[in-house]
Amino acid sequence: MSNYAATNNNEQLHNSSEHVQYVTVVIGGQLFGLQISQVHDVFVPEKVTRVPLAPPEVEGVLNLRGRIVTAINMRRRLHLPPLEEDQGMMAVGIEFKGESYGLVIDAVGEVLSLPVNEREENPSNLDWRWAEISGGVHRLPGQLMVILDVDKLLQSLIEPKAA
Amino acid sequence: MDDLLREFLTETFESLDVVDVELVKFEQEPNNAKILDNIFRLVHTIKGTCGFLGLPRLEAIAHAAETLMGKFRDGVPVTPESVSLVLSSIDRIKEILGELEMSNGQEPAGDDQDLIKELERLSESADSGELAAQATGDTVPAAEAATDEAVTEGEDIYQVLERPLRPGEVSLDELERAFREAEVEIEVATAEDDEDSDASEQETETPAAPPAPVTQSDSVDIKIASNKPEGEAKKEEVKNPSARSSNGQGVSNQSIRVAVDTLEDLMTMVSELVLTRNQLLEIVRRHEDSEFKVPLQRLSNVTAELQEGVMKTRMQPIGNAWQKLPRIVRDLSQELQKPISLEMIGADTELDRQVLELIKDPLTHMIRNSADHGLENPAERVAAGKPEKGTITLSAYHEGGHILIEVRDDGRGLNLDKIKQKALANGLTTEAELEKMADQQIQKFIFAAGFSTAAKVTSVSGRGVGMDVVRNNVEEIGGSIDVRSQEGRGSSFIIKIPLTLAIVSTLIVEASGDRFAIPQLSVVELVRVQSNSEHRIERIKDRPVLRLRNKLLPLVPMSQLLGFEQEEQLDEDNGFIVVMQVGSQRFGVVVDGVFHTEEIVVKPMSSMLRNLTMFSGNTILGDGSVIMIIDPNGVASAMASHASGALVEEVEEKAEEISEEQMDGDAPISMLLFRAGSAEPKAVPLSLVTRLEEFDVAKIERSNGRDLVQYRGSLMPLVYINETSQHKSEGTQPMLVFSDSGRSMGLVVDEIVDIVEDRMKIEVVSDRSGILGSAIIKEKATEVIDLGHYLPLAFDDWFMRKEMQEGPSHRTLLFVDDSAFFRNMLTPVLKAAGYEVTVCASAQAAYELLEKGEEYSAIVTDIEMPDINGYQFCESLRGDTRFRHLPIIALSAVVTPQSIQQGRDAGFDDYVAKFDRPGLIAALKDVFTNEMGVAA
Repeated sequence: MSNYAATNNNEQLHNSSEHVQYVTVVIGGQLFGLQISQVHDVFVPEKVTRVPLAPPEVEGVLNLRGRIVTAINMRRRLHLPPLEEDQGMMAVGIEFKGESYGLVIDAVGEVLSLPVNEREENPSNLDWRWAEISGGVHRLPGQLMVILDVDKLLQSLIEPKAA
Repeated sequence: MDDLLREFLTETFESLDVVDVELVKFEQEPNNAKILDNIFRLVHTIKGTCGFLGLPRLEAIAHAAETLMGKFRDGVPVTPESVSLVLSSIDRIKEILGELEMSNGQEPAGDDQDLIKELERLSESADSGELAAQATGDTVPAAEAATDEAVTEGEDIYQVLERPLRPGEVSLDELERAFREAEVEIEVATAEDDEDSDASEQETETPAAPPAPVTQSDSVDIKIASNKPEGEAKKEEVKNPSARSSNGQGVSNQSIRVAVDTLEDLMTMVSELVLTRNQLLEIVRRHEDSEFKVPLQRLSNVTAELQEGVMKTRMQPIGNAWQKLPRIVRDLSQELQKPISLEMIGADTELDRQVLELIKDPLTHMIRNSADHGLENPAERVAAGKPEKGTITLSAYHEGGHILIEVRDDGRGLNLDKIKQKALANGLTTEAELEKMADQQIQKFIFAAGFSTAAKVTSVSGRGVGMDVVRNNVEEIGGSIDVRSQEGRGSSFIIKIPLTLAIVSTLIVEASGDRFAIPQLSVVELVRVQSNSEHRIERIKDRPVLRLRNKLLPLVPMSQLLGFEQEEQLDEDNGFIVVMQVGSQRFGVVVDGVFHTEEIVVKPMSSMLRNLTMFSGNTILGDGSVIMIIDPNGVASAMASHASGALVEEVEEKAEEISEEQMDGDAPISMLLFRAGSAEPKAVPLSLVTRLEEFDVAKIERSNGRDLVQYRGSLMPLVYINETSQHKSEGTQPMLVFSDSGRSMGLVVDEIVDIVEDRMKIEVVSDRSGILGSAIIKEKATEVIDLGHYLPLAFDDWFMRKEMQEGPSHRTLLFVDDSAFFRNMLTPVLKAAGYEVTVCASAQAAYELLEKGEEYSAIVTDIEMPDINGYQFCESLRGDTRFRHLPIIALSAVVTPQSIQQGRDAGFDDYVAKFDRPGLIAALKDVFTNEMGVAA
């Protein structure tokens, strides 16, 4: 398991070898964790402009303090049913290769500091569409937290289109 | 790469570009010592720096080239051969520098002896030539003197260099002696730093003494300054600065180098400021008597000025993009053996550096074109009463917010007849249309793809990829290109491009509830639609058009372009038509509303969206919302692909669209009705038919026991619906052509009756081969033919290449296949077996349906599909608890024990060969029986 961590994560991880801090989010009832170093900000997506002809995962584009952010609907990406109407949405701002993205999620949780050696690999029966973007699982008391690998996630959305 | 090296590379590339240009000039005016000085100095600097940075390869070439140029300076006649050689050395240096840059400062391995030898040979022959010319022996060229003396003069301490001296190089002894002889207090620094330019300047001072200004037998360049009487040397020193600046070589201390990134950042910040200002203006507009009004007005002005100022920093003279052209023209002139002179006017016209980069290549291409087939051969020119030397004029000037660049030649002009022929041959137009066209319209055909009137392809141009690429490049940056030509007098190409790409004036429109920005540059006019006015939308075969000033304007609803609606439901009373012009294409885009115009700052879309050709970027409007910017080129190409669709393609496309959406098997589909063999009508889904053809019976040939016709360059097998029926012996024979993956087959019928749109509901399933069953179509019992029966008659392996699928009755089936052909083909088969069928074109689409909560009794899926294949699809479904027990059947053309095993591993319930329709039906029955067993 720690092997996995070492190969799959970059230097930041080595630097703070013991613990990694995660921002937890909830998508469709499932707890996910994003490495805190990858999270730029958390915001409420407002006035999202839809982008015709865009991939279905793209919720649209929005103005976040003067920057144009491409919002990604995580429920759609994870093949979960859409959120009920009127339920508030949240978004996690990510910088990827100099571009701003916002992952639209159900709710933001807390910041957890978790020891690296407790990380487990993806269970082999995990839905491949999830496994594709998951960097492992942490067993928390009472629930499991799937690590959302932001790089893999965005790469998976950008690349097939470029091909 | 360290900073030093990076700096060196930047500087050297710059100097080399200058050297290129200067050398060409020099060749024309060999007596211009200033030019030679300049070249000499630049090459020398390169050589010096290379030595300093430890780049022996570069140093060696630069040195050899410098030596040769030294000879020119000594008065040796300048020949095209030697200039070419120096130019190729410069090229080699560039090449090495390029590799150096890529390899992070590692000089590439390689040998330049070929070039160096050649350079040395020329230097030496120059020497001997000079010696012969110079009857008196007292002028010994520097190089030889140096080498000789290094050996013979014993009085100095003999110093050893670890390599043999190169021609023109000064031996260490020489150097030593020079120092000793030099009057001590004089300008050692100058001698070291700048020896050659000093020396060369001196030569310009003393033009009276050519061709050999160096008259002392022991003198070497380095010593000239120091050997002069002291006073004179001092005078030199005083003169030098002024001489330099008058040469234009003085380093201007009025400018500083700024990294492009810094400027880009600054530009971005200003863009933000502009946006914020727009936002503020928007707010103030809503409050009439705001006290903010005045200061805001001021802020607005300052912002505008700031914006202009920053834009200026990005501006560069267009001459930068022209720098390489003289060299190219010179080389072309030699290669094509046509004397050409290149005139450049307005090189200081400034434009945005981003635009500048983008037009470099098109310009180069156009110059090549002009030189190659614009200008005639000298003989032809003389015959036509023109000067032997052809002229290409390149000029640039501002006009409005645009810059106009013109490439003009005084050559033969465009040959209208050739263009007409070619346009006809390429199927771009018809005779009748040509008749009506103005010359200028005909000339514009040269911008069409694959159009080259050059009779033969030369290495220079004429490959037919020329002008359309130029046009595309220009249009990509929002520009346009035009041609004017007069036969026998020359042609002129005019490019019009925006000054900058960063800020665009746009028209804000609304479609399907969203706002979009259309660049003003491509908007010609706005027309309001009204069903009772003259501006009424009319239709030709469902395609909307508008009569506009006696011309027909093709229309497309914006919402359709953007994929919001499939069917064109135009509100014929409340809409606007934005008339757009892209290149020579003019069309109208129907929008729901038009707002105002707004200056916007284009922001690039994220890489996730960059593949959308319909948009060129996005921006933030004054009200803070984000808006997508329509790319007129994207719209134009979408229009073009729309328009070119023939009837059948169109139907196919529609069928494709429908099935992508999730084709409901109950939706009406277009059926082709025909008669064959018997009196009752037969039907086949139109979307399966590629084409309807009629052949002269005489053209039907028989070979290997079957009937064939030559069709589009290959043989197409013919299949008769009813083998026993009488074949016609004369006249024409109608047939339905089916094509898939490059194969075609002709299904011979007696008569094509009609095309109807109806539900295909097979009421009576048939046992007869070739007939799926009977359905009521147009209130008549009609036999629906089973193409699956006929296709293998033409090609046994028709189904081997693809896969198909189907399902059983009273149950819902999800049928996934990427091939429209098989989707259309099997849906009736499955329906005939009593299943309700939903069709998906890809696993992705199937996921979406499943996600939506659609329920199916079973899934039948193709194996070979792009992106997600059947195995992956099945595996992922099995990984989901909801679908763990859903029957899934694989269809494949490949049926081997391994593939079946693989299918089993992936979790398929069954694996059926694609052409085995009874097998599929049986398999479906099977899984349902099992399922029932499990449930019970």
